[in-house]
Amino acid sequence: MMNSDLRRCSAWCAALLCVLTVPQRTWAQLKIEITSGVTDPIPVAVVPFASSGGADNGVDVAQIIQNDLAGSGRFKTMARSAMTATPSRAQDVQIASWKAAGNDYVVVGRVTPLAAGQVAVDFELLNVLTGQQLANPRFTGTPAALRDAAHRCSDVIYEKVLGIRGAFATRIAYVSVDGAPPAQRYQLVVADADGANARVILESHQPVMSPAWSPDGQWLAYVSFENKRASIYVQQVSSGERRLVSGRVGINGAPAWSPDGRKLLVTLGGSAGTPNLYILDLSTQQLTRLTEGPSIDTEGAWSPDGQSVYFTSDRSGGPQIYRQGIQPGAKPQRLTFGSSYNARPRLSPDGTQLVMVTQDGANYRIAVQDLASGTVRILSHGRLDASPSFAPNGAMIIYAGIEGGHSVLQRVSVDGQTSQRLRADSADVREPVWAPFTRPQG
Amino acid sequence: MMWYKFFAESMESTMRKLLSLMLLACLVSLGACSHKPPKDTGTAAAATQVPATGAQTNGAAGNSALGAGAGAVTGTDDVAGPQEGILAQRNIYFAFDSSELSPEGTTLIAAHAHYLIGHSNLHVRLEGNTDERGSREYNIGLGERRAQAVRRAMLLQGVAETQLSTVSYGAERPAVEGHDEAAWSKNRRVTINYVQ
Repeated sequence: MMNSDLRRCSAWCAALLCVLTVPQRTWAQLKIEITSGVTDPIPVAVVPFASSGGADNGVDVAQIIQNDLAGSGRFKTMARSAMTATPSRAQDVQIASWKAAGNDYVVVGRVTPLAAGQVAVDFELLNVLTGQQLANPRFTGTPAALRDAAHRCSDVIYEKVLGIRGAFATRIAYVSVDGAPPAQRYQLVVADADGANARVILESHQPVMSPAWSPDGQWLAYVSFENKRASIYVQQVSSGERRLVSGRVGINGAPAWSPDGRKLLVTLGGSAGTPNLYILDLSTQQLTRLTEGPSIDTEGAWSPDGQSVYFTSDRSGGPQIYRQGIQPGAKPQRLTFGSSYNARPRLSPDGTQLVMVTQDGANYRIAVQDLASGTVRILSHGRLDASPSFAPNGAMIIYAGIEGGHSVLQRVSVDGQTSQRLRADSADVREPVWAPFTRPQG
Repeated sequence: MMWYKFFAESMESTMRKLLSLMLLACLVSLGACSHKPPKDTGTAAAATQVPATGAQTNGAAGNSALGAGAGAVTGTDDVAGPQEGILAQRNIYFAFDSSELSPEGTTLIAAHAHYLIGHSNLHVRLEGNTDERGSREYNIGLGERRAQAVRRAMLLQGVAETQLSTVSYGAERPAVEGHDEAAWSKNRRVTINYVQ
């Protein structure tokens, strides 16, 4: 649906477009470190998977699953060195011995070759306490898709055990910056949710900022200063094809896709330099103005039903968050009061909570506000935390913070109980955005 | 101030013709999009951007542009501009979350304004910047507000509108690295950048 709209848009606007293919290579690989976990993580043993005839292509599927589960902060995984057997099928598992080793769950599985170069990943999740088998799905694909298959196994385990849909087989995008001013290099990177498979999709000596995923997870909108002024582009992640969608005078910023993927909420400054919110229809290029006045109105986000928007405005003196319907004549309603600086709202997938940057004393931190009650909880502990983004399952938030003089990505669960750091090799990594689910549940 | 206006008006006619041509060329090269309000612009604005976009993007994607280093950062349209006395200073500094001009800032703006009135062939790009604190797109708005404050002050001094443009980089292009007030105070700035 969205692809056809965008194709129409491309035919419609003669704004043509270069295909930008940055050669596939990895960069600024991220590594997850747990900074805090729940006090009683669920013990699970992920037994190394069997591989028939080298079907796994050297990919350690069980290790990826183990890293996912441990990295979530909600599981404690059994060390391989402590395992006395390595069964790969449910019927070969001696339940009593795994129970005696303190596990609640055991995961066993195998990778087998199929016809035409395809491979299958099968696994069983066993509840050690009841002896019950909870899942045995099969994932098939090319050997290149084995990491993804492993993350899908993790998603199933997470959901069966915790009752929350897993978000391991998803992607993130972020901005990576290296070099000292004024010779900095900016990169827009797409990676798996665990930081693996990092791929640079745009590289520039001028700032790149504000990446935003399309609802189908196929496109990114972002702001690039490559022409020495801000312009908004949309780029298909798989092909690199991209289009300039707003290169107007002044600020072109803060793109956010509507839930139906047909429109972008954007900030335009015009020649007077007063940032206001507009809805840009991607197929007709028509602009609808939402806000007026000399205040800074920016950082728009859609409600999940697409009927209202949330944004930052300093109309009251300092930045605060407002909600406004998109119908003509709608008036903004202020939502935040507890701090002199509340900015950059993002909505939870179910639309019940917003996450934002809030000033907390001398620090800038990530806070979640319950929209029904107005209750605010501060989730992060850094000095300069910024750019929060919800995971598509609503359970985690990814954001950027300064540590050791560098900007690093951090994740925190919405209940504040678990957090992890995604450390890059060297560059400053910032503005993480978690992609939506691209597969139906189950 | 009046003296400079008189000077500008009494320039030789050949000079004036040359300037008109330069101005015309400049407007043509900028394209109609550069001076339209947001509502009037759509695909036309996008279309005029395309050739430059294509060229720059392809360059940026390859290793050659990256190898260009600082040259690629400053861009080809930048010129040195005046270096005499106070005119060598190009940065106007601001307090946190403020676009209010300090007395020092006002003095520096006046000096550049007088120079621009006397050299109406020159243009400046006023680049607004913020420190890293808070959120990035809000900082883009704040940087623009600072650039506009400097622009208004220059217009009040008598600089022609056509000599001035603004851009906000927000927190994206710090002058100084660091995560403390020493760095932040140097990064909350409008840079007066002379361009062709």
